[in-house]
Amino acid sequence: MALYSDKVMDHFQNPRNVGKMEDADGVGEVGNAKCGDIMRMYIKVDPATQVITDVKFNTFGCGSAIASSSMATEMIKGKSIHEALKLSNKAVAEALDGLPAHKMHCSVLAEEAVRAAVKDYYDRTGQAYDPAELACDGHCESCGHEH
Amino acid sequence: MNVYADNAATTAVSDTALAAMLPCFQEIYGNPSSLHSPGQRAAERLAAARETFARRLGGDPREITFTSGGSEADNQALRSAAALGARKGKKHIISTEFEHHAILHTLEALEKAGYEVTLLDIPPDGVVTAEQVKDALRPDTCLVSVMFANNEIGTIQPIPEIGRVCREAGVLFHTDAVQAAGHLPIDVQAMDIDLLSLSAHKFHGPKGVGVLYARKGIPLVNVIYGGAQERGKRAGTENIPGICGAAAAFEEACANLEKNAAYLEPLRDKLIAGLTAIPHTVLNGDPKRRLPGNVNVCFEGIEGESLLLLLDGKGIAASSGSACTSGSLDPSHVLLALGRPHEVAHGSLRLSLCEYNTPEEIDYILAEVPGIVSYLREMSPVWDELEQGKRPHLI
Ligand SMILES: Cc1ncc(COP(=O)(O)O)c(C=O)c1O
Repeated sequence: MALYSDKVMDHFQNPRNVGKMEDADGVGEVGNAKCGDIMRMYIKVDPATQVITDVKFNTFGCGSAIASSSMATEMIKGKSIHEALKLSNKAVAEALDGLPAHKMHCSVLAEEAVRAAVKDYYDRTGQAYDPAELACDGHCESCGHEH
Repeated sequence: MNVYADNAATTAVSDTALAAMLPCFQEIYGNPSSLHSPGQRAAERLAAARETFARRLGGDPREITFTSGGSEADNQALRSAAALGARKGKKHIISTEFEHHAILHTLEALEKAGYEVTLLDIPPDGVVTAEQVKDALRPDTCLVSVMFANNEIGTIQPIPEIGRVCREAGVLFHTDAVQAAGHLPIDVQAMDIDLLSLSAHKFHGPKGVGVLYARKGIPLVNVIYGGAQERGKRAGTENIPGICGAAAAFEEACANLEKNAAYLEPLRDKLIAGLTAIPHTVLNGDPKRRLPGNVNVCFEGIEGESLLLLLDGKGIAASSGSACTSGSLDPSHVLLALGRPHEVAHGSLRLSLCEYNTPEEIDYILAEVPGIVSYLREMSPVWDELEQGKRPHLI
């Protein structure tokens, strides 16, 4: 279908890092089943280096939601959590060679899922964090989110 | 294998329809309004096409107006009945929650123009009743519009019963028969239908051709103004190739209606049985009172667009009522009207068959769908929660 770029179709049909992670150090879930998209992201973090050593995702949603999750996991794997927090929805969409305008919210969900997973990691490990670093940037048009 | 199972969206033009159209491009290309012979030859074809629709619907050729499709016929039917009602001081219209947007959006426009609209609730089986219509009637009701068969879930409405209720009350009755025409028997006399819309591309005719049947004595109001075509009620040089193709397709569909239904119903039922055997899957709409080729199910825990994309990857063309495919944030208004929760409605799949589909294709669909559904469920956090009991199963 020409609705999506080849990159999107590739990540949709062959999603990377898909699955559950039982021993995750942080889990973030965003979206709402009522609206048709839920993303759950699991991260494994090396406590010494603060590097994300493994990532997994589970997504309920359309093709671009699955592709955005897959791309986001690839983009943060092996990065420090601080770098991961800099991942923007635009970067995810660009890495996918673009998303249709009405699907941009899928890339926003991916960005938010990463932040939610990192926040969970901070909470679980009792680390102090700068709320500004985790704040929602207000770009998200996806439903179920209050700004 | 390539399987086209989206015939409710549109169909392939049949050989018969194409053969009727082709001469109209380079041989019979005159303008039917012209006095010369080439024009008159086109006028003859136009008259023959009109006669075909009249005969097959049980009406008179003067009651047939050609339009640009089902949407235009729906718009014109509602606007005409509303205008007639207003002349008598009657500005209340009854319709249903699960009509096509060609009806619902026209009704919204009429509401803005001062009409009052009552939309009947959809019972869980997807079949509204004549009693519901009767109960909603008011002294100022000018029109009842109930679709013959629903385009998403295929359920067939009790048209003769509703027609009788309307006739007894002296209220005009319109039916959007876009999904029914050529697939179910229609007789405007026996069914007390005053206005009816149909569209050629749903029964192997070309796209962009529709018919509005309007009983004698119901004045039509123009949607398109201009020349005097269609007795002045629909301006524009007639789409002769399209109209001839539509008539040939309708004749063929009506002549083969019972045969096609007898062929399709077992295929439909096999698909329904096979798909609903997948756990936490529900059929939408009554299992029997539905179009011979319509299957519509919801799979819990997955989203329809990703399902369609994976099916497309396997060569299967289908449709869904998920928000992502409807182009809005909400899933199909039809599934919501049927009482499906949003979460469930997002996971819908419509397969609509026609007589060109083969039993092998049905087997292929049944071989592919379960694997795709479990693959998506494996990936779905919603399914994970359902399985762990953290979220109650809704179906
Ligand atoms: C029930 C119903 N009404 C109206 C229409 C609109 O018909 P058309 O596409 O010819 O305008 C359709 C088809 O999309 C339909 O299924």
